Amino acid sequence: MSEYKITLELNGHEVSGNAEARITLVDFLRDNLDQTGTHIGCEHGVCGACSVIFDGRPIRSCLIYAVMANGHKITTVEGLEKTNGALSPLQDAFWENHAMQCGYCTPGMLIATHALLQENPDPSDEEIREAIGGNLCRCTGYQQIIEAVQSAAKKMREIP
Amino acid sequence: MKAAPFDYIRVNTLDEACKALSESGEDARIIAGGQTLVPLMAMRLARPSLLIDINDVEELSGISIEGEHLVIKAGTRQVKALSSEIVRKKIPLLAEALSHVGHTQTRNLGTVGGSLVNADPSAEIPLIAQTLEATILVQSVRGKRSIAASEFFEAAMVTCLAPDECLVEVCFPIWPEKRNGYGFHEVSIRDSDYALAAAAAQLTLDGSDNCKKLSLSICGASPTAIRLKPVEESLLGKPPLNQVIVEACEIIDDLIDPQADVHADANYRGRVAKVMARRAISDARDRAKGFLK
Amino acid sequence: MASASTNSGFRYITKKRRVTEDRRFVTGRGNFAADYKLPGMLHVAMVTSPYACAEIKSIDPDAALEIPGVRYVLTGAELFENINPLLSGLDLPNVKRIPLAHERARYAGEWVAAVVAETRHIAEDAAELVQVDYNPIDFVIDPEEAMKPGAPMVHPQHGSNILCDKTWNWGDVDKDFSEASNTIAFRVKWSRNSTIPIETFVVTAKWDEGKEVLDVWASIQMPKYPEQIARALSLPVNAINVHFDVDVGGSYGLKRGIRQTVIVSYLTRKLRAPVRFNEDRLENLSGGEMHGPDRIFDMEAAYEDDGVISSIRIKATDDAGCYPGRAPLQLGKPVSAIVGPYRIKSASYNAISVTTNKTSQEAVRGFGQAPTNFAIETMVDKVAFELGLGRDEIRRRNLIRSDEFPYRIPSGSEYDSGDYHNVLSKLQKTADWDGLIAKRNKLRNSGKLAGVGLSTCLEPSGGNSSFEPFLNPKNDTTTWMESCLIKVDMLGSITAMMGTSTSGQGHETLLSTVIGEVLERDPDSVRAVHSESLGALPSNSPVGSRMAIMLGGAAAGAADKIKKQLLEIAAHNFQLPVERLVYIDGDISVDGDPEKLMTWNTLVDIAHRNYHKMPLGSEPGLQAQHTWEVPTGGALPAEDGTVQMYPCYAFEAHIPLVTIDPETGQVEILDYYMGHDCGTVLNPDIVRGMTLGGIAHGIGAALYEKFEYDEGGQHLSGSFMDYLLPSSHEIPHIEMIKHYTPSPLTTFGQKGSGESGYLGTPAAIAGAVNDALSPLGKSIETIPMRVRDIESLINSQ
Repeated sequence: MSEYKITLELNGHEVSGNAEARITLVDFLRDNLDQTGTHIGCEHGVCGACSVIFDGRPIRSCLIYAVMANGHKITTVEGLEKTNGALSPLQDAFWENHAMQCGYCTPGMLIATHALLQENPDPSDEEIREAIGGNLCRCTGYQQIIEAVQSAAKKMREIP
Repeated sequence: MKAAPFDYIRVNTLDEACKALSESGEDARIIAGGQTLVPLMAMRLARPSLLIDINDVEELSGISIEGEHLVIKAGTRQVKALSSEIVRKKIPLLAEALSHVGHTQTRNLGTVGGSLVNADPSAEIPLIAQTLEATILVQSVRGKRSIAASEFFEAAMVTCLAPDECLVEVCFPIWPEKRNGYGFHEVSIRDSDYALAAAAAQLTLDGSDNCKKLSLSICGASPTAIRLKPVEESLLGKPPLNQVIVEACEIIDDLIDPQADVHADANYRGRVAKVMARRAISDARDRAKGFLK
Repeated sequence: MASASTNSGFRYITKKRRVTEDRRFVTGRGNFAADYKLPGMLHVAMVTSPYACAEIKSIDPDAALEIPGVRYVLTGAELFENINPLLSGLDLPNVKRIPLAHERARYAGEWVAAVVAETRHIAEDAAELVQVDYNPIDFVIDPEEAMKPGAPMVHPQHGSNILCDKTWNWGDVDKDFSEASNTIAFRVKWSRNSTIPIETFVVTAKWDEGKEVLDVWASIQMPKYPEQIARALSLPVNAINVHFDVDVGGSYGLKRGIRQTVIVSYLTRKLRAPVRFNEDRLENLSGGEMHGPDRIFDMEAAYEDDGVISSIRIKATDDAGCYPGRAPLQLGKPVSAIVGPYRIKSASYNAISVTTNKTSQEAVRGFGQAPTNFAIETMVDKVAFELGLGRDEIRRRNLIRSDEFPYRIPSGSEYDSGDYHNVLSKLQKTADWDGLIAKRNKLRNSGKLAGVGLSTCLEPSGGNSSFEPFLNPKNDTTTWMESCLIKVDMLGSITAMMGTSTSGQGHETLLSTVIGEVLERDPDSVRAVHSESLGALPSNSPVGSRMAIMLGGAAAGAADKIKKQLLEIAAHNFQLPVERLVYIDGDISVDGDPEKLMTWNTLVDIAHRNYHKMPLGSEPGLQAQHTWEVPTGGALPAEDGTVQMYPCYAFEAHIPLVTIDPETGQVEILDYYMGHDCGTVLNPDIVRGMTLGGIAHGIGAALYEKFEYDEGGQHLSGSFMDYLLPSSHEIPHIEMIKHYTPSPLTTFGQKGSGESGYLGTPAAIAGAVNDALSPLGKSIETIPMRVRDIESLINSQ
């Protein structure tokens, strides 16, 4: 099968590579672009470990072929840090609140809740549960994640 | 879980999409959101030879009012429909149902048309299309045709769409009456799972609070979402009191053909379908009366 | 030593500290097994059996091998000729386990051949083309059917489907039953489920031709992993180098991929290229190591009118699936707490392990204790119900009192410490028990089904191998150690090494905190690393809720040795006895004369550079290692069938309030309270997190999760669409209270907590559901209690 040239705006930088049509976006990110922060959990759209932000909205990168993403903007967990390399308030809150254990679902959780806080700076616990409703975590029971998002939201509201 | 090899083209117009479909035989598939097609391909349960990507086709995206109809173009993202003021105002039943479709991340790519074409027997959008007698416009190089929802869905995961046809839009009639109410109820195991059964109702009351008009459908309890006309007819002209609704819904057992799967046996699906129907009608009544937001 | 009420008296441990590991995870810089990429790496995909049981007549790889990029097709027959069968937990010489099916496939989804190609995509393309000629034969799925004469045999050469059937009587059970005022008998079922992680099992092996060493990167959590690889491949253990610095994406007991490892290790030597097997979710759920205990309990209890339970009989029939592995041993660990937290004076236990044509059962969080706790708690609830006694009151009347510790239970284990009544009372107060009952009653009065649950359970912790000799007399393992090596480098920074990988337990934080505590140095300045196996001291990996106790103890022991060396150097230089010196923050001064001070840096410098300032004959540099045996370990089971199993016993109590929609069977958890006592808590966020996560696992087991098989022996739960993990919508907010009863057996009073939550939640949720159903005179005795089960029970006549 032929390969397609794929160019993405990934975390603010233009990157490209060649891939067969059947390469999913998550495989392309991990294998072609060596961006291994985005994880694979189920490859059938249930677990959310592969969440990335696509043109401003969170999606599952296992449910879209890389060639379909050609020309689009993608943000992965590697793009959440500030430009000076410091942790974002959300990342810092996940660390401070130990909103993880094994860390495998964490990039997807960060992506889902980053997108939430962009739209809703003062979410209720229920709204956070809704935003991560498609991201499975097997370690935490979700509670410390919700606490971390609340803590980050509060800090972000205080610092305009 | 890697898809079998396939070819890919991206088209910019509906005509191009139709042309590609007509030229590439039965193994070509349109892809828009891909939220059900991609996992099926990952499991190699679907193996198209060619994917025709319509995401760049502008004429396939958008929501508008055309006369007495709400028209949603096939490629419109579910999230757009869910957050649309027009949808919420004109067809609140659809807005309510959309909030049960998958979850945030799948709604961000998944399309309204994709859900119709997929024709999952438990899916919410086909349920609303059945309930409101939506018409579905499809196009091929042979021309256009308009299909009633009742004709469109043929069996579980099967529609009457020909291999060379592309879905263009779905058109929901807006009820002109004043005292309208809708109801939607769904039972699923986890919050974002497919419905084990769901029901949608839209109802108009007359000045004496009798049921003047009612449309009721259920999904999950038959190979396709189905309209429950005998239930509707038995309620017309009557006050939709709880006991009346319960009695009217008794005949549902004879109208459905529930299937068993790993999540629920046929009997369970049948029983809860009836419960969902009852609750949907009650909510529709309460909304028509203004008791329920 | 910590005080029971405050968990205080420490400098770093018990205090909130950021978890060291988390920083790399929030930046997407974890090092998971799938993140390692080696040049020229080949990928494996499995050909799986479509039959529950079938003879493999032939395998034709030719069509697969013709696809460009395909390098090899490996079969069970080739492996059988070239490797040693994998270890079994029991003494079953005629049950041989090869990583790929050999001659016979024994469950639907079993791996029959491994296709190796340049990409995973190509390997999957080729796997579809491998032609396997099967002869389907009779199979058996139900464990009770499997025990009947004439049932199809899973392993005909073993001569029976029963892998183990042993009975123990501790105390005079028959007498206690005959003298009791009341008895009760019932059956409960714990369905096949497990704690499936979000990362599948991933392993990459590379045979280093120059060094003649097999490098292995794996998402593994398994004791004696390098040794098991070496045995299978007939290599010396010092030719295996497992890279334990791989971050494991969750395990909870399950990541035991020895089959996968042996396959890629064999292939890398054969094909002279690195080989990876990254299970996809389909391979993982049907063919991998994801299935847990699958157990039927036939329970009997003898009790008095006042609710005091005098004796129990437990018959546990466990479906091990098609290969024994460690599954039968999960019937052994519950002996450590066979009477739960109760003063039950005698017990009998009949443990039966049965093989069927299902996926093999593997180790799961709690190693068999969660199902057993579920059965015991159901018993306590039923006795309370029979007597019309409150479920809290019956527990109060049976719980071991705090003044009775150490308490020896009939099966021989001595519980180290506990304050069960106090934890229960504190929890009831926090939950406002009476208010909660009133809330339940109000819900009932409004036409809803509502119920409150209560469970009080133990978490045996510290790990131990006693269940191995207990169930397999040919296995005389009594050693179950853990180690830590600390070095202080020439410039004074501290590095600590452990010989195991981590799957979320925060072992780096554990080491740095404990070492910081003992050496009075900032834990953030201590680097903790996972040694490669070739450079590692003996370890038994993080199983059995043991690392806080064992790795914590090893680290404290090694740090004590460092401190002692520093004191000896200072004593030599001050020309004073050690007793005259004071150690503060790593500096050493003369008692009563703080001006006479040698700083940490000075002392370290002497150790590394000034041998002339060192005590005569001392070892240069500053390093120490400590390996220690599990407390109370080291003995074989006694002749009378009693055995000391785990050393430490953590306690947990759970109170949920649920409602049930009677028309749909949907359960909603409105409130959840949990009381937890695992002794001194080394890191509160880590312990809290593991406990909350354990509760989520328990909710999954109680309401959602089951590996389902149909009558044709097909596995129906092969994807995340069919095997349902609870999401953020299903797990409620949980209110936790802590209590701190230190263990007298451990360095700081800590007990284990890695399995907490999971050990008591299924029982509590089941109790709440049954309380909700009780006004209907109905109850449900099988978990998961799924919507369809609950609804049909309510609406059936």
